[in-house]
Amino acid sequence: MSEYNKILKENVWYNNPVFVQILGICSALAVTNNLTNTFIMTIAVSLVTAFSSLTVSIIKGFIPRKVRMIVQTLIIAFYVIIVDIILRAYLPDISKSLGPYVGLIITNCIIMGRAEGFAQSNGPIISFWDGFTSGLGYLVVLMSVAFFRELLGFGTLFGIRVLPEEFMSWTIMLMAPSAFFMLAIFIWVAKGIMLRKEAK
Amino acid sequence: MAPDISPFVLFFASIFTSNILLANFLGMCSFISVSKDITSSNGLGMAVTMVMTITTALNWIVYHKIIIPFGIEYLRYIIFIIVIAAVVQILEMLIDRLSPNLYMSLGIFLPLITVNCAILGVTLFMQLRYYTFIQSIFYGLGSGLGWWLAIMALAAIRKRVDKSPNVPAAVKGPGLTLIIIGIMAMAFIGFSGMLNVQ
Repeated sequence: MSEYNKILKENVWYNNPVFVQILGICSALAVTNNLTNTFIMTIAVSLVTAFSSLTVSIIKGFIPRKVRMIVQTLIIAFYVIIVDIILRAYLPDISKSLGPYVGLIITNCIIMGRAEGFAQSNGPIISFWDGFTSGLGYLVVLMSVAFFRELLGFGTLFGIRVLPEEFMSWTIMLMAPSAFFMLAIFIWVAKGIMLRKEAK
Repeated sequence: MAPDISPFVLFFASIFTSNILLANFLGMCSFISVSKDITSSNGLGMAVTMVMTITTALNWIVYHKIIIPFGIEYLRYIIFIIVIAAVVQILEMLIDRLSPNLYMSLGIFLPLITVNCAILGVTLFMQLRYYTFIQSIFYGLGSGLGWWLAIMALAAIRKRVDKSPNVPAAVKGPGLTLIIIGIMAMAFIGFSGMLNVQ
């Protein structure tokens, strides 16, 4: 069990895909001005990562080394299509507002990174767990970014108004630059804490 | 319905007002990791522009001539990514044959492009916004040039800033890069209002 715990800690904090490895922020920053969208998006990414790691780990013996990248990409694309179909069937509004970003999960570097770096050399169950916790690390960071962006940009959380009407919303929080700034501040804080721990 | 925008407007808009990187956040991974040095940024920018233009045109043809007539729209992600991977592969072999010098400078970056989200992103935007064939080509080319411009600008800024001794240890590296990108994105917002595409 300790191994699973270790992987959880690694992926959510010490080796967090977003603020330590700076992976997979491409398609994600764009959806962080709204908590609901971010939540759906990150859950989708976690599931795709988990299942594609599982699949890669199961069939890794049958893939010739030379074509493994393209096989991995196809496996990921397969799961993304499933996610896309499910979203369009059950959450059509969110699917519409996410636009092309659901399809762009295919090129999310975290998924490829986990498939290549972990699932390729480990058993199925632990690969699934590794993929899922990587997604969780991603979820935590993006939800925090989205929390501040939605709160200050609209004065709402999950679409429910929390700040008083008189609050002047910060339009910049809804535009592209704020996503970069928020993530930068997040990295700054997280790295600061890590460095302080190391110094002790 | 195809939007009624002149291809040239689309071309300039995709470079400045709706820059694929600074407004749509696509292609960030390689943008951050490669922009440490100007020569490689230049090579990657060139490769991205080339692949983006070709794949957008090809994917338009594939989407309108194969995917829609056969009614296999649910498979489009897989088909798009296969087209992109194939183009990158063929381009790699061609460049190796025709211009070994260019191959040497692009070499390591070409395969990376397959998983560059900006490439797939442009294809998906092209399809979602119903661009015509000509519009798609100009959109692909413009987005590639916009990406190239952004990475060159960032590499030039980072060359100076990364050497600065006054940066706090915790923000050094990616954190600082993101702040610079944020400021660049704000600067690019200044272009909006000039042209508009959506």
